[in-house]
Amino acid sequence: MQSVADEKHDTASINRSPVIDARRLVKRFGGITAVAGISLVLQQGEMIGLIGPNGAGKTTLFNLIAGSLKPSSGEIWISGREVSQERPELRIARGVGRTFQIPRPFAEMTVLENVLTGAQEQDGERLFANFFNPGRVAGQERAAIDKARSLLSFVTLSGLENEPARVLSGGQRKLLELARILMADPAAILLDEPAAGVNPALLETIMERVLELHAQGKSILLIEHNMDMISRLCSRVMAMASGRHLAEGTPDEVATNPAVIEAYLGGAA
Amino acid sequence: MILDLLAYGAFFLTMALTYAIMCLGLNVQWGQTGLFNVGIAGFVAIGAYASALLTTPETAGRIGGFGLPIAAGWFGGALVAGVVAYLIGALTIRLRADYLAIATFGVAVAVQLCVLNLEALTGGAFGIGFIPRPFAELAGNPLAFGLSNAGLLIAVVALLYMALEHLVRSPWGRVLRAIREDEAAAQALGKNPTRFRLQAFTIGGAIMGLAGAAQAHFIGFIAPDNYMPILTFQVWAMLIVGGSGNNRGAILGAVLVWGIWASSAAAVSTFFAPEQQARAASLQIVMIGVGLCLILLLRPRGILGEVRNVSRHIRKIMKSDDAELASRFLSKD
Ligand SMILES: Nc1ncnc2c1ncn2[C@@H]1O[C@H](COP(=O)(O)OP(=O)(O)OP(=O)(O)O)[C@@H](O)[C@H]1O
Ligand SMILES: [Mg+2]
Repeated sequence: MQSVADEKHDTASINRSPVIDARRLVKRFGGITAVAGISLVLQQGEMIGLIGPNGAGKTTLFNLIAGSLKPSSGEIWISGREVSQERPELRIARGVGRTFQIPRPFAEMTVLENVLTGAQEQDGERLFANFFNPGRVAGQERAAIDKARSLLSFVTLSGLENEPARVLSGGQRKLLELARILMADPAAILLDEPAAGVNPALLETIMERVLELHAQGKSILLIEHNMDMISRLCSRVMAMASGRHLAEGTPDEVATNPAVIEAYLGGAA
Repeated sequence: MILDLLAYGAFFLTMALTYAIMCLGLNVQWGQTGLFNVGIAGFVAIGAYASALLTTPETAGRIGGFGLPIAAGWFGGALVAGVVAYLIGALTIRLRADYLAIATFGVAVAVQLCVLNLEALTGGAFGIGFIPRPFAELAGNPLAFGLSNAGLLIAVVALLYMALEHLVRSPWGRVLRAIREDEAAAQALGKNPTRFRLQAFTIGGAIMGLAGAAQAHFIGFIAPDNYMPILTFQVWAMLIVGGSGNNRGAILGAVLVWGIWASSAAAVSTFFAPEQQARAASLQIVMIGVGLCLILLLRPRGILGEVRNVSRHIRKIMKSDDAELASRFLSKD
């Protein structure tokens, strides 16, 4: 895994365009404007925190960047390519992986199989290869299992690999989602409230893992309400409320910004 | 007497297994993928007629009749039904789920009407006769003929079962399950739901076509009446009784429900006067309905529910892990 991350780092220094470049994004749901003209740039290897009161539009912004929603207007560029209208399943190949605010494990599949589903370019996912090229399929699957197991040990879920995912706790599900997306080696990871509803012991693990991924050179966009976590992890924070950009800067600057305090206290959402 | 019973048993099993094939096709579509097909009879009819046209000898006044070998007919039947399933799926699978249901129902009605009215091709209401039967040279000996046909169908069902299980336990089957469990999560991992659903729907349709072909050749005669909506209902009942999502359940359900159907038909002809039999035949549908209700009350997931299928690659590795553990354990003492 280390070597893969290094490789990504090298290409990063050649390719100067930001991993994610969202330009004036707008998303309307009927009468509500959930995202009202947000621009955001995530550079290679950067980790940005995204904060804002409930209903600020943070998750909607994630859904736009991850492709599961199409913007009403504005553009999304990933590593120098315009992808605003692409189907969501193409994002991972562009190098963007995301987790969900409420984790979405494949409940009846085992923990290991959940992670294996994250593998990309598998011949075994093509119908006929299973019959006409079984040796190759088996080889790739063995390699994928090795990788999935090392990712499971990275997220401290090794002991549970043969349990169905439905038995996992909320925090373990967040870790499983992280392992599942890492299986695809994305350059950028979108984490939607990785700490929400997680018990303190597991929270520490999650934070350590996010820091480690950052150290490996992943670009990370992090939604979080926990300001402690934000200030420990991110050097730059963006605050939004009611779909609008509110403030940007270091965690301290943003936390003491009057507009941000007003938004949280006044329930401006 | 025993020989008669054996011959009847072979006949019963052969018929039941043609339904088992349909049921396996439905299991790929519904059990594994969650695609609601209410036009099974249409796909079965397409397979039956395609195969009949390919294999019957040339007949005056009817187009078709290519006199090809039976195997070519079965293959052709599956192919044509698969192509139709692909086209229907390509048009409707990306839309809301109920559109596919309506479209498949439309296919069944359209096929029924075509078969009835394209007389030059299908023989209209009279159907097509003299469809070559496998092992026709044994027809003089009912027992040998019955057993050979049963053997052939057992082989076809076994092959199909193995191929489908191979797929269920492959990475392809895993993606299908992931899409069924959580489409948005599967998309976030780069899986294209439309592509996988379309593949599953096409395979299921082709299998139903194969079943239609096999049945047509076993009976030797087909007519539009064989492919009424009741057939769709029967196959659904078979899958629900046996256990949706489970290939063994699909086969078991087909044999059981066909057993109920056949024995209630025998009961109707024993207990009712000939002039009442046509009306009493609707009791058969009631029987199936009652059986279905009982199963849904007693075992909602069917007799054999869906099992948690793990990729065969993982199972292999788990086995070798176990062996390793065991050897460590044994070397301790
Ligand atoms: N699919 C949708 N249809 C209609 N309205 C939506 C939809 N998704 C989000 N919204 C609305 O858009 C607004 C922003 O929601 P969003 O989930 O993006 O907020 P958030 O910042 O993630 O909040 P939280 O901190 O509670 O997760 C809310 O008013 C929400 O009700
Ligand atoms: Mg949210």
